[in-house]
Amino acid sequence: MPKLTVNGQEVEVPPGQTVLQACEAAGVEIPRFCYHERLSIAGNCRMCLVHMEKSPKPIASCAMPAADGMVIRTDTPEIRKARQGVMELLLINHPLDCPICDQGGECDLQDQAMAYGFDRGRYRENRRAVKDKNWGPLIKTVMTRCIHCTRCIRFATEIAGVPVLGATGRGENMEVGMYVEQALNSELSGNLIDLCPVGALTSAPYAFACRSWELRKTESIDVLDAVGSNIRVDARGPSVLRILPRVNEDVNEEWISDKTRFACDGLRHRRLDQPWVRREGTLEPATWPEAFAAVAKRLKSAKPDRVAAVAGDLADAESMYALKTWLAKLGTPHLDCRQDGAKLDPTCRAGYLFNTTIAGIERADACLLIGTNPRREAPIINARLRKRWLMGGFTVGLIGERADLTYRHEHLGTGTTELKALADGKHSFAKTLAAAKAPMLVLGQGALARPDGGAILALARQIAEKNGLVKPDAGWNGFNVLHTAAARVGGLDLGFVPGSGGRDTDAIVVGAGQGAIEVLFLLDADEIDTGCLGSAFVVYIGHHGDRGAARADVVLPSAAYTEKNATYVNTEGRVQRTRRAVFPPGEAREDWAIVRALAEACGTRLPFDQLADVRAAMAKAHPTFAEIDVVQSAPWGKFGAAGALEAAPFRSPIRDFYLTDAISRASPTMAECAQAFSGTSTGMTGTHG
Amino acid sequence: MLQDKDRIFTNIYGFGDVGLAGARARGDWNGTKDILARGREAIIDAIKKSGLRGRGGSGFGTGMKWSFMPKEFGARPHFLVINADEGEPGTCKDREILRHEPHKLIEGALIASFAIGAHACYCYVRGEFLREAEALQQAADEARAAGLIGPNACGSGWDFEFHIHLGAGAYICGEESALIESLEGKKGQPRLKPPFPANVGLYGCPTTVNNVESIAVAPTILRRGPEWFAGIGRPKNVGTKLFNISGHVNNPCTVEEEMGVSLKELIEVHAGGVRGGWDNLLAVIPGGSSVPMIPKGICETVKMDFDSLREVKSGLGTGAVIVMDKSTDVIRAIARLSRFYKHESCGQCTPCREGTGWLARMMERMARGDSKPDEIEVLEQVTRQVEGNTICALADAAAWPVQGLLRHFRPELERRIAEARARQSGLAA
Repeated sequence: MPKLTVNGQEVEVPPGQTVLQACEAAGVEIPRFCYHERLSIAGNCRMCLVHMEKSPKPIASCAMPAADGMVIRTDTPEIRKARQGVMELLLINHPLDCPICDQGGECDLQDQAMAYGFDRGRYRENRRAVKDKNWGPLIKTVMTRCIHCTRCIRFATEIAGVPVLGATGRGENMEVGMYVEQALNSELSGNLIDLCPVGALTSAPYAFACRSWELRKTESIDVLDAVGSNIRVDARGPSVLRILPRVNEDVNEEWISDKTRFACDGLRHRRLDQPWVRREGTLEPATWPEAFAAVAKRLKSAKPDRVAAVAGDLADAESMYALKTWLAKLGTPHLDCRQDGAKLDPTCRAGYLFNTTIAGIERADACLLIGTNPRREAPIINARLRKRWLMGGFTVGLIGERADLTYRHEHLGTGTTELKALADGKHSFAKTLAAAKAPMLVLGQGALARPDGGAILALARQIAEKNGLVKPDAGWNGFNVLHTAAARVGGLDLGFVPGSGGRDTDAIVVGAGQGAIEVLFLLDADEIDTGCLGSAFVVYIGHHGDRGAARADVVLPSAAYTEKNATYVNTEGRVQRTRRAVFPPGEAREDWAIVRALAEACGTRLPFDQLADVRAAMAKAHPTFAEIDVVQSAPWGKFGAAGALEAAPFRSPIRDFYLTDAISRASPTMAECAQAFSGTSTGMTGTHG
Repeated sequence: MLQDKDRIFTNIYGFGDVGLAGARARGDWNGTKDILARGREAIIDAIKKSGLRGRGGSGFGTGMKWSFMPKEFGARPHFLVINADEGEPGTCKDREILRHEPHKLIEGALIASFAIGAHACYCYVRGEFLREAEALQQAADEARAAGLIGPNACGSGWDFEFHIHLGAGAYICGEESALIESLEGKKGQPRLKPPFPANVGLYGCPTTVNNVESIAVAPTILRRGPEWFAGIGRPKNVGTKLFNISGHVNNPCTVEEEMGVSLKELIEVHAGGVRGGWDNLLAVIPGGSSVPMIPKGICETVKMDFDSLREVKSGLGTGAVIVMDKSTDVIRAIARLSRFYKHESCGQCTPCREGTGWLARMMERMARGDSKPDEIEVLEQVTRQVEGNTICALADAAAWPVQGLLRHFRPELERRIAEARARQSGLAA
């Protein structure tokens, strides 16, 4: 371990660290613009200059490896002067538009200028002006503000894996951009906004919306995919204005996907803010008691085994638990949280979790992707896979749709034929897996949400067991299911699945169509075929006027994820909680409370009155919910089902990354993205402008 | 004065046969196999003992540089890269070697590659030197046909390939790490050091980058012995050197002279004297455009070597002497250089990207007198802000000519400003 002296203070740092990191370890802050922990070192802003003994010139601390016996000084007049000099040079061509710049208040250049700037300018020449670029609907560029730190170039090239950005021109004429201007087609592009130390890259949907000091900041988690990215919700008054990532090394590091970041404007559109009841074929506004009465009346006339419930992708654990408790009291076995019909096996927890954990990907050395496109289904996990791939010695094979995953992989096939060959050890990739020290496989919903999903699950288990993917003694479990819905693992953990003799989602839908199901509760469920529900009486609990609400007979407005304190379990099995940033609109209420009140109106009193009671009961019944923010590893077991395999190729469940759920479908920004990147047009009316 | 018997580049003017036969007659490729037979260590030791300092400008010991290469061969191959991207204004010494003495360079490349354990040498020739690259390619083809390079070069058992690469016209690609980037097909921007090229260079492999002249003199040094080379010139500044004398002299020329020759002698004897006589001399930029100029008073006595010029706060650089007589508008001359550095800055790091433009614009106004007296101080400070804070030395090269101007011709700047202001107020009145 190199030992060095920083401003007279001895400090020891792990080998391979830079002088800048050593200075930070010694508690000395070093100003920087181009340096970023997660990107390669550029060393071009020259703001981090420090004095090193025996060096005639100041050194860039971000680029200099810390070595034993170095004597570093950061507080000499020369260093201060050097930094002031660099700061002045950065500012001579930087526009003085802080009052109208969205970065104002959270700008690195502004902050550092307070410490190292002069109080007046000495530059008498004309300032440089640079033409703005069009990088698509998410990123607004004001390139005159660019200080050429190249963080965006390095992020796009290294982390996002879309090497389209670069510097053209030289000297003063250097510009960050692309050779052929196009929209920046990456699911992680929004992170450029966070990385940009100045206001050159800002959020386009958030442009001129608010100043950063006016925002109320709430730490929460994201529910638009199954990753459970840690986020910060910034709100002003009643509306969520933007969403930013929060650092969590185990989950999302400090990145979030564009859907997580930009779909928040969907929280302001198509909201359900009062109950609705269908009268003579038309949904009409109603009061809560009227709505409850309508449900109670219909429920009374239905036999318990003709009542069913489906929980959707955004449902939180508390409301699912409350609904399940009620349905149990009613005595119906027909309930399911697997809205997409995935043949996940709820009996063995290891059979539906991402057991390796997201951080654990970095320890793997071979990976088999089955029926999944992680770039679309979980961009953050895809970024981890790419990070692992960049470290070298990582072989990736894909069975499923061909896709640009941003890392090199072998396309082994498209369907069950190759999977079967692999399970039988007849495929060359089986050798790769068997030879690997820490092999993993990722099973996507595209392989499970089909009639032979159970057999495929069993086949995947066979591959895992045969090729040493599961080594409990070595603390390694390479079997992973990649979910696409934030609610799914929570629902499975709660046992929100058919009881004995119960119908699963597909059977419920068919049953409703045939009249076997008379009352159907949809808890945030919009992804089922609502056109086939026949004459069933549909009660929709949700926050957006989406497909479910359109078919419903009674609509009960609930709270979206930014408006409630709720529990979600991510694909790893990590229990996390959202926190309320704003109140639900109008008369909307928290989901579990709606279930609680509705049950009482229908004659069943549920044994909890407060959120804490629900959580306590839930944790008692399902101990995994007792611990927050940790992954409890699940014991290996038997899962999957025997059955015939179908020849149809695997197909990723996500056709359009930007439009996957009620919130993103309501978001104008996501609609724009879908049009720009996926070529999906939505809601063209002919007079749309 | 250098005696004819001690000249290394005997065909620098191209009067003799440039081809292999002519080169052989001049002693090139003579006993190359025996030189290689001495072994890597012996060759490096001999070059170290000769005291040869890199001829590209910074004067780093060539033998020392070679010795930095890993002694053991790992999985990565070693490379020799020859910097023939001669872009320094005023400099035209490598061009003459490429044109008229290409076999000295190729032989030197073989010896140097052998010494550092490289089987391949890339010669990065400035894009504008199309004919020079052709001449070099012709010489390489001849040498290959004669078995001097290629597999089992000179019968030594060492395989050696010599590749020529043409640059695309960026001055910064003469900086060794930018040159490596450019050679790899990337944008020519200097790399951060450490790691140094001897550890991580071309394609991430150990690499030595040498100037054309440093490589081209190596065979002769090894043939005639390091003592002979070390005996020429002054202590620590030994050997012979190609000087280019340009500007206001009667006979601009390239000449091989001993290190430490006096500047006056160089100009008077070889370049036919200053236009209009020695007393018409104003100032000299002694080592290519990057070094600070020295006024006539210093020119009287200064010796042309690394250490003597450093003592007068200038530098030997590439040995390109730019002579300016009293007809020169010295401010405009330096303003033109500032414009050059603004144009050639790669734009990677802040001080250089922003500072060269600022300097160039200020110099442009200073040349017109469109300024204020206190701005001279700003100019000086900006050169200090730019200098020494960047990844490569281009910012220093941009700052030094201005510093030289301020050091020796500050009254001229003040006079220019005062005149312009007087003219202005005259017009106003």
